[in-house]
Amino acid sequence: MTAAKIEVLLQTLISGLLLGGLYALIGLGMTIIMGVMKIINLAHGELMMVGMYVAYVLFSWAHIDPYLSILVAAPLLFVLGVGLQKYLINPVMKVDAILPENQVILTVGIGMVLANLATLIFKSDYRTTPVEYATKAWYLSDYWRGAPIELSLSFPWTVSFLFAVAITTGLWFFLSRTDTGKSIRATAQDKDAALLMGVNVERMRVVTFGLGSALVGAAGCLFLPIYYLYPDVGGQFTLTGFVITILGGLGSTFGAILGGLILGVFESLTATYVGMGWAPVGRFVIFVAVLVFVPGGVASLLKRRKLGK
Amino acid sequence: MNKRLPPLVLALLAAVPAISLVPGVNANYWLHNLILVVMWSVIGMSWNLLSGYCGQVSFGHAAFFGLGAYTAGLLYVKLGLSAWWGIAATVPVVGAAALVIGFVCLRLRGPFFALATIAVGVILRVVAENLTGFTGGDLGIMIRERTWVEKTWYYYIILAIAAGTFWFVERVVASRLGYYFVAIREDQDAAESLGINTTLYKTIALVLSAVIAGFAGAFYMNYMGYIDPKVVFALHDISIMAIMVVIVGGVATRWGPVVGAVIMILLAELIRTIPKIGAAHHTVFGVLLIVVIIFLPNGIVGDMAKLRRLLRIGRPS
Amino acid sequence: MSALLEVKGVSRFFGGLAALTDVSFSIAKGEVLGLIGPNGAGKTTMFNVVNGFYVPSKGDVLFKGERISGLKPHQICQRGLARTFQVVKPLQRMSTLDNVVASAFLRVKSKAEAVAKAEEILKFTNLWEDRAVISKSLPLGKRKRLEIARALATDPELLLLDEACAGLNPSELDESVAIIRGIKGRGITIMIIEHHMKVIMSISDRIVVLTYGQKLAEGTPEQIAHNPEVIKAYLGEGDE
Repeated sequence: MTAAKIEVLLQTLISGLLLGGLYALIGLGMTIIMGVMKIINLAHGELMMVGMYVAYVLFSWAHIDPYLSILVAAPLLFVLGVGLQKYLINPVMKVDAILPENQVILTVGIGMVLANLATLIFKSDYRTTPVEYATKAWYLSDYWRGAPIELSLSFPWTVSFLFAVAITTGLWFFLSRTDTGKSIRATAQDKDAALLMGVNVERMRVVTFGLGSALVGAAGCLFLPIYYLYPDVGGQFTLTGFVITILGGLGSTFGAILGGLILGVFESLTATYVGMGWAPVGRFVIFVAVLVFVPGGVASLLKRRKLGK
Repeated sequence: MNKRLPPLVLALLAAVPAISLVPGVNANYWLHNLILVVMWSVIGMSWNLLSGYCGQVSFGHAAFFGLGAYTAGLLYVKLGLSAWWGIAATVPVVGAAALVIGFVCLRLRGPFFALATIAVGVILRVVAENLTGFTGGDLGIMIRERTWVEKTWYYYIILAIAAGTFWFVERVVASRLGYYFVAIREDQDAAESLGINTTLYKTIALVLSAVIAGFAGAFYMNYMGYIDPKVVFALHDISIMAIMVVIVGGVATRWGPVVGAVIMILLAELIRTIPKIGAAHHTVFGVLLIVVIIFLPNGIVGDMAKLRRLLRIGRPS
Repeated sequence: MSALLEVKGVSRFFGGLAALTDVSFSIAKGEVLGLIGPNGAGKTTMFNVVNGFYVPSKGDVLFKGERISGLKPHQICQRGLARTFQVVKPLQRMSTLDNVVASAFLRVKSKAEAVAKAEEILKFTNLWEDRAVISKSLPLGKRKRLEIARALATDPELLLLDEACAGLNPSELDESVAIIRGIKGRGITIMIIEHHMKVIMSISDRIVVLTYGQKLAEGTPEQIAHNPEVIKAYLGEGDE
């Protein structure tokens, strides 16, 4: 393998991992929601879009850095998520309908409203957030003179990645150390048992949806410096979220992280070696393949190894 | 009353083009909308068969619509045949595709099946966009010679397709197939234990549904004269719209898809013409969807009794 | 008399858990076999294996001399083996009649024949008056009878009844027992899981006792009632 080829491969892998870190954040929000509520939230991407617009507005009007906007967007999305769960989703879960997929369809409706409202307020123009560090990067050659290959780490990508890691770690602690976190996990594992143990399942559902929304809103802020923003940007992120969730295993936070990283690397490889246009297909082929062959996702594969099957 | 209603409705609809005789009425405009209504009732009936009666909720019906459209278009572009042959060709082409898609997706239950169908729709769109040599990519397919300038004959063709579909779905639902579909929807495990080969019957439902949607797609190619991947494989404008038409109209009912199509198309048109709200039609649709799901989960036809009660509450007694 | 159903050395594992271990027994044509055991003994698992929902991890199930372990449930039903579920599974939005019609289509071609067959079975199971009721609104006792009616409509030679009498009040219980006797009278072989000792003892020709997934004892109701190990298994659990 020539130095040039190694360089391309390594650069692709690095980009893939950085992207994967951000993807993991999207997947985490969704897997928590799916794990606890057992519903498919097809408005997940639109929630992220809301987070992105919040950060965009803060940047355009008050020059607040998108990374700082997380402090505003996350709580805002939390409240929005709580509201949606309490007033729209919960009632539907109680209604008796022919098709159990009604709640999924409900989230489609919610997503449509959110996306359309964004179009009405912001118009469908593509918007960029020209932060001053947008093109800043670290180059391998700066640190290792005479390196055989050149690698670059884009500043905004890397910072976003680090933030994502920090948030994920925080979430980890929350879920494993705090009472609320443990209640959430209990509800995800066995709702009835949790109920019997005194967990307020209703409230856990509401909190979880809020939490999932906050996570994906934060992901939106992290994506803003490196992405175009337009009202329909949400759709692709919803689908990405699903691929990651299914790939990682429903309800498994560790699986979502792994799934995000795997997908990020896979997409990066596809983009480099097959072609930009085909990346979405790759994503979905993985999706269908996982659904059919390994329905429990990566998490189930790991579990099988542990049980020594 | 129920027996005579379908022929009555059909007769009324067949007489519609006579309005062009009325002076001052923009017949073309109304016929266009009516053609869309009728076409969407076909798509709705197709979705209803698979998802409403058999319970396999598809979020990717655009896949079949688009396949039908491209079948017609490619026959024209590649083989120089009239695109109308696409309607006949839909049966083997879309049917075969449905068998493959079914083989992969029908083993998944409920929400997973729904997700897989979304994926299928997107995969087909991206494939159509990228196989530029074969499909024309983003440029789509254009048919230069329009069969007719007047809309009347197009209207009668889609009306015939719709009437045929209505009659066919009725027969299926009343037959052994219909019982099996509903049994699978209500409890797949119980159905298996009663000797029903659920995989086979789900596949039959899917293939029938796909071909009907394909007919609509092939018709669309001929009527509009232009298609491209983003239009015919659209998630929101085709797949979700199909779901909305039936949810609003009434899942697993005879008239649900028809009522739903009337409401959705006319509502869309109404919103489009109001200057201020024009761009907000997705918001209105979204809100409508949310309201229907919460208050009338079985649609207008399905929850007719509930609807009457709700409306009566608004009136002083 | 050759056996209608043969269960040979069947084991079923779930991960590390053995739900069934090396269970063997057979059922002769025309007899009623009772399957009893404390909760969690593996009785419903056994049904799921026989019926085709689970493939045995080890061992075989033979029906009419043919190996059915590994076939899908609908194929097994087509061969003449039907079952009811412990937690009843009515086709909720269909009427009582339609529930049975759907099932009757297995053996007949036309709708008219299916309806006729369904009507006959509804009368046999005392559900005729409720034929137009949407099955979701039926009280538990009638839903249990509907389970049986549906299974009967498939013209089974062997019928697996999973706790068909659980949760019934005394008069419903008598009705169900009468129906089960009637089924036996039609020449249908029955394997029944039941916790009602009185019911099982009076209906069964023979009984198989399962505990912890293993066969503990087999014999006539007389023999089983006096088997010290069986008594210990039940009293030891603090059960019935």
